Amino acid sequence: MTQAAQNAGMQVDQSDVTGEAKAGPDPHYNFAYLDEQTKRMIRRAILKGVAIPGYQVPFASREMPMPYGWGTGGVQVTASIIGPDDVLKVIDQGADDTTNAVSIRQFFVRTTDVETTTHTEEASIIQTRHRIPEQNLSEDQILVYQVPIPEPLRFLEPRESETRKMHALGEYGLMHVKLYEDIATHGHIATTYAYPVKVNGHYIMDPSPTPKFDNPKMHRMPALQLFGAGREKRIYAIPPHTAVYSLDFEDHPFEVQQWEQSCEICGAGDTFLDEVVTDDQGGRMFVCSDSDHCNRHQEAAE
Amino acid sequence: MSNHDQPLEQPLLRVTDLAKSYGGHAACREVSFDLWPGEILAVVGESGSGKTTLLKCISAQLACDDGRIEYLMRDGVMRDIHSLSEAERRFLMRTDWGFVHQNPREGLRMRVSAGANIAERMIAVGARNYGKIRGTAEDWMDQVELDPARVDHQPNTFSGGMQQRLQIARNLVTHPRLMFMDEPTGGLDVSVQARLLDLLRSLVTKMQLSAVLVTHDLAVARLLSHRIMVMQGGEVIETGLTDQVLDDPQHPYSQMLVSSILPV
Repeated sequence: MTQAAQNAGMQVDQSDVTGEAKAGPDPHYNFAYLDEQTKRMIRRAILKGVAIPGYQVPFASREMPMPYGWGTGGVQVTASIIGPDDVLKVIDQGADDTTNAVSIRQFFVRTTDVETTTHTEEASIIQTRHRIPEQNLSEDQILVYQVPIPEPLRFLEPRESETRKMHALGEYGLMHVKLYEDIATHGHIATTYAYPVKVNGHYIMDPSPTPKFDNPKMHRMPALQLFGAGREKRIYAIPPHTAVYSLDFEDHPFEVQQWEQSCEICGAGDTFLDEVVTDDQGGRMFVCSDSDHCNRHQEAAE
Repeated sequence: MSNHDQPLEQPLLRVTDLAKSYGGHAACREVSFDLWPGEILAVVGESGSGKTTLLKCISAQLACDDGRIEYLMRDGVMRDIHSLSEAERRFLMRTDWGFVHQNPREGLRMRVSAGANIAERMIAVGARNYGKIRGTAEDWMDQVELDPARVDHQPNTFSGGMQQRLQIARNLVTHPRLMFMDEPTGGLDVSVQARLLDLLRSLVTKMQLSAVLVTHDLAVARLLSHRIMVMQGGEVIETGLTDQVLDDPQHPYSQMLVSSILPV
C-alpha cells in the first residue's frame, strides 16, 4: 500500500512540516496547504464515501487559493490523502501540460515537495479533470476527480431536498426520462459526457464530466476513485473493484464514442481523440487526449 | 384493472373524523366518508371551505391533525396511509393513485416532451424498453384524443385543454385505482370543459376508476359524480346522491348554492 492509501485509511498522520531539513515544502504553509483538522474532516468524509459507494457525502469545503471551477474539490481531496512519499500526476482533459494541470501540480510541489510525474504507472495519486488515463490503473493507485456538479438529477429536479429523497428511496425513473428524451430528440442516447452510472447496484452517480468513453473503465477498476466537488461541498467515492453500470434502455444499449480516424501523432486507434483545428481553412487533426499515453505509444513505435 | 371481481365488502378509501387546522383556524373538522370502488365523489363548496385541504390530507400530501384515512391496498388490506412509510406513500402516489392538478403546469414536466411525460410513470415502475414505452405513450395520447404524431412536442406548445388531457394520460398510464382531481376543468373555456368532461366520464367508466373530485362547479359535479359532499367552513353540511342533493337540497347553504347557478 502506498503512503496515500495509508493516509486515506486513517493512519496516524505523520505529515508534519519537515521542510526545514531539506529544500522541502514552503515552510509558510502546513503540509499540503490544509490544516490538520481540515484534513481529518475530509478523510472522514472520504471514508464514509468509500463505505457507501456513490453516495454524496457533504463536507465543510474550505476556500482554496484558486477560484471555484478550477478543481477546489479535487485539490482538497488530494491534499488530505497525500503524504511525503507519494508520486503525483495531474491531468487536465488527459493532458499533463495544460494550465489547470500545471498550476495544481506546482501548488502541490510548493506545499508538499512531493515527487511528480507524467507517467501514469509511476504515480500513486492521479488528480484528473474530466478524463481517466488510457492505461489501466492498479490497486495501489488513487484517482481523484474534480467535480463541478455532483448531483446527477440536478437539471431534472432543482430541489435538493427532493433529490436527496430520490436517492434515499432509489427513485431514479427521472434519469431514464432524460435518456428517453435524448432518443426521442436525436434518435440515439446523445449524452456524451457526465453519463449517469449506477454504482454497486444502488446510488446513481455523476461520473463528473468525463466522456462516456471512460465509463467502462470505472467498472471494477482496481484503483480507488475519489470525487471532490469544492463549490458544492460534496465528496463521493467508488471503492476498488466496484460494479459501475451505465444506464441505458434494452433496445438502446450503452455505447461509447467511436472515431473513423486514428491518432495522427501516435497512430493509436483505440483511444479517446481530440479534434484540433489547425488553421482557418477547415484543416483539423485528431490526436489522443491522453498526452502521456500518446508519447509512450509514439516512443514504442520508433 | 377491473374492480368487478372484488367483493364489495370494503370501501376503497375510508376517512374517519379527519381534522386539520392551520394555527388556530380549523380548515377541516370531523370529515368522514367512505369511497367505494368505481365511485366518484364530488366535494363542492365555496372558496375557503376546506375542499383542497381535505384533498391534500387524503392524498397524503399534508399531515392531518386527527382522524384516520384508510386505503384498501392491492393486497386487500385496509391500511392507514399516515402509518405507511414515505417510500410506500410515494410508490402509491405514482402507481395506484393519480393526481390531476387544476393547473396542468403543476402536474406536467414542461421541459420534456409529451411522450416523456407519459413515460415517466412507466419508467418509474421499471419499464426499460424504449420502443414499448413510446408505443404505450402514443396509445395513451390517442385515448385522450391527442394527436399521437405530437408525441415529441413539448407540453408548452399545447393548448390549455390539451395540456389537461396530457396530464390525465400521464396519470392513467399505470392504471391507477384512485384519482384525486382538483378542479380539473377550472381555467378552461366552456366548450373545452365539455369535451374534457366527456372524456373523463368515458375513461372513468372504462377503467372502473374511483375518484375524489374537488370542484366549485356544480355542473361538473352533476355530470361526473355519483355522490356529492357539500362543505362549508371546514365541515361537511350535506352529503348524498348527486341528483338527490342537487334536486332537493336540504341544508340552507346547499339550497343557496344550487339556486345560485346562473340559468342559461
